[in-house]
Amino acid sequence: MVKSVTSVGRSGLHDWMIQRVSAVILAAYSIYIGVFVLSTPDLHFSVWQGLFAQTEIKIFSFLAILSLCFHAWIGLWIISTDYLNILALRLVFQVVVIILCLAFLLWGAQILWGF
Amino acid sequence: MAAFKWPITAISSILHRVTGVLLFLAVPFCLWTLERSLNSEAGFLQVKSMLSGDCAKFITWFILSSLTYHIIAGCKHLLMDVGIGESLESGVLASKLVIILGILAAVGLGVWIW
Repeated sequence: MVKSVTSVGRSGLHDWMIQRVSAVILAAYSIYIGVFVLSTPDLHFSVWQGLFAQTEIKIFSFLAILSLCFHAWIGLWIISTDYLNILALRLVFQVVVIILCLAFLLWGAQILWGF
Repeated sequence: MAAFKWPITAISSILHRVTGVLLFLAVPFCLWTLERSLNSEAGFLQVKSMLSGDCAKFITWFILSSLTYHIIAGCKHLLMDVGIGESLESGVLASKLVIILGILAAVGLGVWIW
């Protein structure tokens, strides 16, 4: 079995499950926001801010960003093992992806609870 | 390499990967836009006028089209997980369907944005 310190889950099966669950959350969130924007032709600031002021939407949004981090981490990890065949290059790429994911997560939290 | 043929299943699969990478690169842009649009009315209007430019419209269209393709191709993956579309014939058909639906969604998004 392949073991890697840069993968999210402890096994391929674990990664596989996280990838599916995060995908469903991300798809649901995308569709929710898409339907909201499409069904609100005259989108004003107060409506927009009002949407994200609700606790449920803050949590849904944060779950989506969290899912995005796991999803991108696993997806880009798989891509890096397929195309980056130099070990040092692959490790640097994977670490940069992980740092970016954590940064997106913190930035997202600040946006959602900071306004 | 020139002799290598790209079957439809390979094209739909590589597009799933390419759109995934593009969407990851789009995340900072999306977060910045969300931050500006929520912070103040002035920021919201700034984002609104920024997104009405031709270049920004194209970028928005490109990101949203990538997103819809990625979701459609992801649904195909989930169906294959439960055993639908695993044979060669149904896999080819599913790949064609994914690409056709992806193009239709991109056209629809284009009409909506412009």
